[in-house]
Parts: sequence; structure tokens; C-alpha cells
Amino acid sequence: MHPAFSMIIFTTLSGLGYGLAIVLGLGFFDPAMVATKLAYLTSLTLIATGLIASLFHLGNPQRAWRALSQWRSSWLSREGVMAIATFVPFTLSAGLAIFANRYDATLGLISVLGSLLTVYCTSMIYGSLKTVDSWHTRLTPLCFISFSLAGGFLLASTFSGMLILELLAVLLLLTALVAKMVWRNRIATLVPRSTPESATGLGFIGKVRLFERPHSLDNYLTREMGFRVARKHAAKLWIISWLSGVVLPIAALLSAMALGTGLPAQLILAIAAVSHLLGIFVERWLFFAEAKHAVTNYY
Amino acid sequence: MTSLPHSPASKKLGLVIDLDVCVGCHACVISCKEWNTGGYGSALSDQHAYGADVSGTFLNRIHSFEVVPEGGLIIGEAGEARVVHFPKSCLHCEDAPCVTVCPTGASYKRAEDGIVLVDEDKCIGCGLCAWSCAYGAREMDLAAGVMKKCTLCVDRIYNETLKQEDRVPSCVRTCPVNARHFGDLGDPNSDVSMMVAERGGFDLMPEQDTRPTNKYLPPRPRSSLSDVAPIIPLAENTEGARGFFAWLDKTLDRI
Repeated sequence: MHPAFSMIIFTTLSGLGYGLAIVLGLGFFDPAMVATKLAYLTSLTLIATGLIASLFHLGNPQRAWRALSQWRSSWLSREGVMAIATFVPFTLSAGLAIFANRYDATLGLISVLGSLLTVYCTSMIYGSLKTVDSWHTRLTPLCFISFSLAGGFLLASTFSGMLILELLAVLLLLTALVAKMVWRNRIATLVPRSTPESATGLGFIGKVRLFERPHSLDNYLTREMGFRVARKHAAKLWIISWLSGVVLPIAALLSAMALGTGLPAQLILAIAAVSHLLGIFVERWLFFAEAKHAVTNYY
Repeated sequence: MTSLPHSPASKKLGLVIDLDVCVGCHACVISCKEWNTGGYGSALSDQHAYGADVSGTFLNRIHSFEVVPEGGLIIGEAGEARVVHFPKSCLHCEDAPCVTVCPTGASYKRAEDGIVLVDEDKCIGCGLCAWSCAYGAREMDLAAGVMKKCTLCVDRIYNETLKQEDRVPSCVRTCPVNARHFGDLGDPNSDVSMMVAERGGFDLMPEQDTRPTNKYLPPRPRSSLSDVAPIIPLAENTEGARGFFAWLDKTLDRI
């Protein structure tokens, strides 16, 4: 699949933003602290940037509001509905913390539930597609949610430096890594659902191979579904993604724990958060670029 | 509404495509583009039509496949390798995933005849329906930013201003070898249904659980080339010649 830049930005930033929103909603932070107010603003900015980025891949973004109508059948629609439904209580929570130094448990817990459901809906847009074997598994939502939570707790540690947050961040980063490794192992041993033989129905005669394309140059299908550049560097990129996204942040968290609270520890964690974000960018890029779509059986 | 129809009518309009007779001429591709660029919805745009990097939107495309049986590369050893021309357009699936994934309600399946259509005024061009389609039946029009797909020429088949013989999809009307047939696949007594029953028509990628309406008829078995072609060329053999030809043969031998 073509790794559209807007989709990578969207899933990475909004995932991280919702992760931080979950930590904030659980009430770990003292609402009177400046860091808490900054954390709320960061979370809102990440979510909003992600959602706006997602509009850039639409052919007619001015009609995007229509996407809220089909929540009965469409995961994309559900995701839009949940994103807005979560935005309201979460913005109210942020307002309470920033202007009134207050934390409201009801609003907070609604935001937590909404954030989890939004990330789940995002992941199910991909997880529900039978046409892409590597995505069509329950492990896809598991990976999205665990990376969102891990990123959220890492970012939260950067703002507060609380030991419990740092410990949870380490634990969640490890969980995310394991989930992703299981996800990748599954792809390696996967038997494709469809083949050129089943796609053409000509398997009863023999082995099917494309003799002539229907068009001399690329078309929408080959550009969108036939992306193959990643295969060459996939192994290296995967190592880069877990080094930058998981290993380095864990090392940073452990050294921050050793240093205790203070500016050096915060600085190390800030670098770790940026490193994590870059790692997830690469992970998301691979998620799209490595995915093989059933329509490629015709090419 | 992008849910599939709850109580669909028994009518299931669709195509039956005969892989035995398609010669891969692409006439249906051109007639489809011609009809649909001026009919239902926005035009089927081309990008850089006269440049080096030309591409465009089509609703129907012909692939050509080489099919090689085990050991089929040597004539006479097994079945023979053959080329099969393969027209591909929307299959108007009964469980169309492109309909249920649509977030806006633009994509829908008609309850009355099963045709899958896109309401272009509602389409936001997110492309998710194209991702959900295993057959590559949907293409985003890059000029209009909306999804385009085969309409089964819904603006022809019910069009009473056209002559009766023209009230079929453009590709069917154009095909010079009658490789494409249009009809009601929900009616077991229709011509297309009987053709499917007789020839063993099949679904593409049944494992995707989409239950396509369109069916494909398999290429017929071929008589082996090695059985048909004689080893000694006929021109060298005058045995059995009689009358004038026997005399001519003898005379020419003597010269």
C-alpha cells in the first residue's frame, strides 16, 4: 500500500495525543501545576494536528462532515464520531485544568474511554480490511492501542517525572514491542488469502502470470495499492524503528529514574519522546509500505 | 445509507464474461470510457494525456494472463501454455465491502436490482472503498476527487429513449465477439444464468466472501496442437491422387 504522508502523520500524532489524554484523564497530574496545563495543550495540539492532517488525503475535504453519518457500518465514520465525541469532554477537562486548576473525574474518565475507543476505531479501519492480509488481524488494534498508551505515558513522564508514570511507560513500551513483534512474525508466516490463480479463476489450467498489463503506465490502482519500495530496506527500517521508538526511550526512562526529578532528567525524557515519535513514524511507514493488497494479484 | 439492502429484490443485474472468446481487443474499454465520460457523474479524467507520464480513470480494464500447466512449456508434453484475455470491471458483489466501509453514505447498493453506485455529491474521496475492493474495481478520479466505478450503464439499461438493443451496458453492446453478456443473474431461467450453469461459470476470489454477481466463463479445453498438426507436410505427399492429378504427378516426375 502507498504510505500516504498524511495518514502516517495522522495515525502517529493523534495516537500519541490520545495516549497523553488517557494519562491526563486518569488524574495522575496535579491540575495546579504549569506542566499539567502544558500537557493538556500538547495533547490537544497533537490530536488536532493529526485530525487536520487526515483531511489532506481526501479528494473533497470540504465535505468531510459527511463522514460522521455512517457509524452503523463504517469504521472510518465511527472514528470520526468518536474523535469529536472525545474532543468535547477532553477540551472541557483541559479548560478546567488551565483556567480553574481543577480535575473532574467524570470528564476525565469519559475522555479516557473516548480516547481508547477512538484509537481502536482508527486501527479497525485497517484491521477490518480483508484485502490486506497483514492488517486483517486482532493484533492490529492491539499494536495501535499499545503504542498509543506507551507514547502517552512516555510523554507524560516528560512533563511530570513521576516514578509511577516512568515505570508504566517502560512496561507499556515493552508490551507494544512484543505486540508488534508478534504482528510481524505473523506476516512472515502468512499464507496469502488470495493468489493470481484465485483472482483469475484460471488455476484449474495452471500457473497464472501477468502477460500484459491493461495499461502502459501506472494508474490509480498500481500507485495506491502496488507500492513496493519498502521491501528493499524493510529489515533495516524495522531495526531503526524499534531502536528509536522503544529501546532508546526505555534507556532514557531508566536513566531518568536513576537521576530522579530535575532538569537533566526532563531533558533526557524530552529527547526520548522525540526519538519515540520518529520511531513510530518509521513503524507506521512500514505498516503501509509493507502491506500487500489483494488487487496486486492481477499485476 | 451505506449498509447493504436489508431485503434485496431477487433481481441481480450483472455481467457474464466469457474468457474463452475474449480476444483482448480493448474495444469495451474504449466504449466504456466514451459512454461514461459523458454520462453519469463527472467525466473520467485523464492526467497528462499528451505528456510522458499519462494516466487516467477507467471503469473497465483488460489484463492478459499467461497460464502455464505443469510441463506445459513443451508442446505435446502436457497441456499447453495459453494466453487468456481477462476483462475486469465492478462485479456488483452481494456482500460489497466497498459499500459498508464508506463513511459518508456515498457508496450504496440498490435494493431493486443490486447495482452498486457512488453518489458523487456525497463522496469525500477518502479512497477507503478502493482499499476494501479486492478486484481493483474502483478508481479515484484525480480531477474530480471522487471515486468512480462501473454503473452497469444504469443510464442506458433503463433508458427508454434508446432502441431496445442498445439498452445494455456499453461494453456488452460493443464487444465484437460477444464475450460479454448482460442479464438478471437472480433469475435461474435467464439466458445469463443458464449460460453460467452450462459452462460452469465461477466467482473471482470467492475466499474474499464478497459473493460477486458477475460471473466468468472458463476457457474451453483446447485440442492439443501436437494431435492436430501432422508430422509430414501434406504438400510432399501425392499418394492417392487420381485422374488428371495422377497423370500430372507422373508426367512431372518424368521430366
